[in-house]
Amino acid sequence: MTEYEHVTDDMEAVVEATELPPRLKTEVYEALDRKAAESDVTIEQATDIATGVENRYIETRVDPLDPVGTVSAQSIGEPGTQMTMNTFHYAGVAEIDVTQGLPRLIELVDARKTPDTPMMTVHLDGEYATDREKAHEVVWSIEATRILALGDVSTNVADMLVRIDLNDDTLLERWPTHSDPSEVAAIIAETIEDSLGVNTRQSGTVVEFGPSEPSYRELLQLVERLREIVFKGIEEIERVVIRKEEIDGDEEFVLYTEGSAFGDTLDIEGVDASRTTCNNIHEIYRNLGVEAARETIIDETKNTLEEQGLDDVNVRHLMLVADIMTNNGEIDSIGRHGISGSKDSVLARAAFEVTVNHLLDAAIHGEYDELDGVIENVIAGKPISLGTGDVDLRMGSRVVSDD
Amino acid sequence: MQTPKVLGGIDFGLMDPETYRDMSATKVITADTYDDDGYPIDMGLMDPRLGVIDPGLECRTCGSHSGSCNGHFGHIELAAPVIHVGFTKLIRRLLRSTCRECGRLALDEAQRDEFRERYERAEELGDDQHDVLKAAVRQARKASTCPFCGEPQADIKHEKPTTYYEVQDVLSGEYSERIAAAMQPDEEEDDPGTSPQELAEKTDIALDRINEIMAGEFRPRKEDRRAIEKALDLDLTEEDMNKLMPSDIRDWFEDIPDEDLEVLGIDSQDSRPEWMILTVLPVPPVTTRPSITLDNGQRSEDDLTHKLVDIIRINQRFMENREAGAPQLIIEDLWELLQYHVTTFVDNEISGTPPARHRSGRPLKTLSQRLKGKEGRFRGSLSGKRVNFSARTVISPDPTLSLNEVGVPDRVATEMTQTLNVTERNVEEARQYVRNGPEAHPGANYVRRPDGRRLKVTEKNCEELAEKVEADWEVNRHLVDGDIVIFNRQPSLHRMSIMAHEVVVMPYKTFRLNTVVCPPYNADFDGDEMNMHALQNEEARAEARVLMRVQEQILSPRFGGNIIGAIQDHISGTYLLTHSNPQFTETQALDLLRATRVDELPEADGVDDDGREYWTGQTLFSELLPDDLSLHFSSSTGDDVVIENGQLVEGTIDEDAVGAFGGEVVDTLTKEYGETRSRIFINEIASLAMRAIMHFGFSIGIDDESIPPEAEEQVDDAIESAYERVQELIATYEAGELESLPGRGVDETLEMKIMQTLGKARDSAGEIADQHFGDDNPAVVMARSGARGSMLNLTQMAGSVGQQAVRGERINRGYEDRTLSHYRANDLSAEAHGFVENSYRGGLTPEEFFFHAMGGREGLVDTAVRTSKSGYLQRRLINALSELEAQYDGSVRDTSGRIVQFEFGEDGTSPVKVSSGEGDGIDVDGIVDRVVDAEFSSDDEKERFLGERTPATNLSEHTGPGGTKATETGVESDD
Repeated sequence: MTEYEHVTDDMEAVVEATELPPRLKTEVYEALDRKAAESDVTIEQATDIATGVENRYIETRVDPLDPVGTVSAQSIGEPGTQMTMNTFHYAGVAEIDVTQGLPRLIELVDARKTPDTPMMTVHLDGEYATDREKAHEVVWSIEATRILALGDVSTNVADMLVRIDLNDDTLLERWPTHSDPSEVAAIIAETIEDSLGVNTRQSGTVVEFGPSEPSYRELLQLVERLREIVFKGIEEIERVVIRKEEIDGDEEFVLYTEGSAFGDTLDIEGVDASRTTCNNIHEIYRNLGVEAARETIIDETKNTLEEQGLDDVNVRHLMLVADIMTNNGEIDSIGRHGISGSKDSVLARAAFEVTVNHLLDAAIHGEYDELDGVIENVIAGKPISLGTGDVDLRMGSRVVSDD
Repeated sequence: MQTPKVLGGIDFGLMDPETYRDMSATKVITADTYDDDGYPIDMGLMDPRLGVIDPGLECRTCGSHSGSCNGHFGHIELAAPVIHVGFTKLIRRLLRSTCRECGRLALDEAQRDEFRERYERAEELGDDQHDVLKAAVRQARKASTCPFCGEPQADIKHEKPTTYYEVQDVLSGEYSERIAAAMQPDEEEDDPGTSPQELAEKTDIALDRINEIMAGEFRPRKEDRRAIEKALDLDLTEEDMNKLMPSDIRDWFEDIPDEDLEVLGIDSQDSRPEWMILTVLPVPPVTTRPSITLDNGQRSEDDLTHKLVDIIRINQRFMENREAGAPQLIIEDLWELLQYHVTTFVDNEISGTPPARHRSGRPLKTLSQRLKGKEGRFRGSLSGKRVNFSARTVISPDPTLSLNEVGVPDRVATEMTQTLNVTERNVEEARQYVRNGPEAHPGANYVRRPDGRRLKVTEKNCEELAEKVEADWEVNRHLVDGDIVIFNRQPSLHRMSIMAHEVVVMPYKTFRLNTVVCPPYNADFDGDEMNMHALQNEEARAEARVLMRVQEQILSPRFGGNIIGAIQDHISGTYLLTHSNPQFTETQALDLLRATRVDELPEADGVDDDGREYWTGQTLFSELLPDDLSLHFSSSTGDDVVIENGQLVEGTIDEDAVGAFGGEVVDTLTKEYGETRSRIFINEIASLAMRAIMHFGFSIGIDDESIPPEAEEQVDDAIESAYERVQELIATYEAGELESLPGRGVDETLEMKIMQTLGKARDSAGEIADQHFGDDNPAVVMARSGARGSMLNLTQMAGSVGQQAVRGERINRGYEDRTLSHYRANDLSAEAHGFVENSYRGGLTPEEFFFHAMGGREGLVDTAVRTSKSGYLQRRLINALSELEAQYDGSVRDTSGRIVQFEFGEDGTSPVKVSSGEGDGIDVDGIVDRVVDAEFSSDDEKERFLGERTPATNLSEHTGPGGTKATETGVESDD
């Protein structure tokens, strides 16, 4: 190990032989390195240190047969009573409303397909992160640009025409690669033709078109549909807020979006895919896989709790919840449609929700309940197989035979 | 003694009607229950063969009396088969996917194999097998003819809940008219019409046959019909609905072969589909539907009995009518009525069916309703059981108890017993209990002789009985001091809601608790009640002592810090004791420490002006600390706390030091010196703090929140200037000059800015008020030390209450364009939208009071909604995670062995011992420094520092190492 110049191979062997987790090993190396730089550390001393730390570590390990599941569930559920119901709150960025508190926690645990307020935090790469102009380029390729942002739309009922007066500055701002506004207007006209199926006339930055047959209703409908067209950016993303933030001592631009399209965003040039995140766990799962989804569940629950001033809840509980939600390789919700509904035991399912249906289905499929889970044993009046109930103590009650 | 049987597993399935008849105790034919003499009628619903509920009667099946007879099922022979409502969906699915003629599943061999494979695969992977079954049914339904017998298949229409129709396209009755109409020439459409000859040519049907068809004399065969339809572009069919009677369905299902059922995931051995159509109705034993005798001697029957009466009546009428040869219509009506009654007998909450009602109009509670929901059999009776040896009463505080103890009223202690196994060594003790009788306190209620006879100890026989008690007897003695009991306060949100305490029997009627255990229970004494359970076997008592006692729960697994510690006045007390480090004379110092183990004062800190020795508050506090404790941290008061070698050198002891919820000193003490030492410390700090606060005197009154008139003027000025700024904002807004914040509208921007301005106004009012409060102001002391309240509370009491908000905004609701009729429409000013400029002490104006009530109401609603939501969240979380358990190898698995985590929390450490914020709690640097820099004087010392440590087991408040309150054997030797 070259990282620590004062740690000898022998010391390393000693430390590696312990049962310490990687984090503690690093800590031991660092401490040894620091000490060895000042004075000599003999291998005996290193051994003493290693066993000492190991002994202290073993004391902090979970007790075998500890019902960690119930403890974690309680540790997350109990602070739930102290959280607010206020749905909207400003998370870090004042401009974007994000669901917070208990509703958000419920949403996460439910594994909803789309969160109430989807959002992304987009980090940028290289010079995109430092150059305001460049950062804005990314903004425009993410934020959905609709016609109202580009110019004025007016309807001419007499000629049955929709007239769009595009704003030169806006066009050049949003299409930075072009220098002539009318070029951009041409692109816009083309998009309109493609999506509305009408012929357009373009002169300079003015685009005009109308229904094929004169019809007032048609005209109004065209305007309605025109408003929906996305000329640039990603449809799902309504708004992007750009902020300068200090990260690890450097200032860089970070984008916050209202609405999310994680996969599409990652493909955009200038987006740092390694740091960009999204609050929709399913999107993360689809694009980055189940491990990333697990990590996101942990992060999101943690942030939700922290926002409510419950920053002291141990992450290990959140990890366990995230782990059971992703145990199948996909995201399962906690509740009737997820984990509780797919238990092996009929009685466990019946005792949770929709009692009668589970019993009837069990009859049809000829299910057999082994009665080895916790809930079943409570029902059957047997000791449960957790904690002290999982230990069998056999005492020597053998009678010594006479011969 | 008979070994108790253990339930090994439960097999689910349907029951064959034949098996059913075999096990039935009797056939039930009479709808009546009891005769005029009050005896159950033979073959009636209360037949004594179904079990007995009246005391004195004997069960005619098993011969036992009420109480020991579990009851026996009977049966009703239904006059005609009826459908079981629970299976209507499955019946529909089977009807649609199987052949109406041969009963085989309408899938060819290849498809069959495919679905069978997919089903097995889903089972292996733990996917939803239901999806596969649904897909199979969908596939089978597509077949228009049976792949085995070629029979054309009809579509099945299901009319909820229990009616099925076969829908077939048949030749319309008016086919000839339709053909003729289509052949007519239509001039408008330029249609020349079709002549019969042309039609004959087009359809390849002989001309005379065409003529016969057109005359309505011959019904065209199917092929001919198709040809004509095609030629004339018309539809000759109409839908024919053929009602499937339950008997038809039963016959149909009987034909379905076993191997086809397997493909549909139905267990053909235990659940033949025809058993879903009932021909025999089970009659539940009397014991499941006991009747109650009212005060006036009238019997009131159970809902199930009422329903069964209905069923039998209709059944009888059905049979009579059928035998009398009643018309089909009447039979069908009766059949439907029978179906209705059987349906509601099973489930009385079927949508689309009116629920069967009691005479009073209340819907009957039938089988499904008994199982369902929170109070149902599963959640109410099976998962949550009622227990004996429990007590519940109001709680009240008692600071003289240890935190491990609970004060139990004598009347509870005499009611709840512990079993004492009499041996040669304790006969005398046991006899004394019995001698005292059931009423005197340490007495006994029952004794049990070796032959198993249980005798009640009464005032009369106690003396006599006491003499008879020998070894091998059992005596149920009263609870006495030192017994272990379980104590609980609902809602039990975390494991610290149920803890074990040691009994201290006391007079009066309430449970007594030390106030330091309020946080884990979340209890207060405004009328809270708590439950106590006396443990009934040695195993339970041992577990409770070792694992559940309060001192074992000092650390919360939620955040890895202590949840038991000083609260409220304790914190004010230690603050007063240590903040300005006051001096005490010998008498005072001894008085402060009188409730602790300390009975000798340390060396005095100095001599005061009068030449008397004095001790400082910090010195007195230090007396409670272990001698080798060293700690540095900053307190919530804001100063640095330095503890060196068990001496508080500087700093204020406040919430951050000794409070519940992560007080540094308590936390460190528990983790490094063990629970017993920590318990002693908490007990003593509470006593010391109480003594201290009584020494100084501490009270709060209305005058403590009043500020001088000049300060009040300053507050008014601050608010006045804020009002002006708000007016300016409104003016710029109305002039249309307000610049909106990014991503916000102008209106929103204005609101935000006004809120900000007014928020600042309240803060400055608070600051002004704050300046005028001395450091000895009790409200300030409480807020600073973290005992109770905050500076915000103080601001609101003395300065200004501030903006009232509903949904995070200023108050905007009420009348049209205004909040109250006191204001002009569209008034945007601060006072019109719920800004309360007065302080609580100064008093609110009526308008302010109203706005304040609005804000307050929102808080109440929020709390109410939150409790139900978070309760459900908690239930779901616990249900999903309850099976998880840490294993010996550190992995987390569920009870069926599935691995959820390979190493709990990624590093295998326990959340109780390590909090998530601050690393792992292991002082690696400290260990390195100690090993390298300082030699160990002996191997023993080295072993103690580096080796494994086994914490001393302390089993009782009164015994064990580090335990005794009186003697001086601390756990300092631990280290």
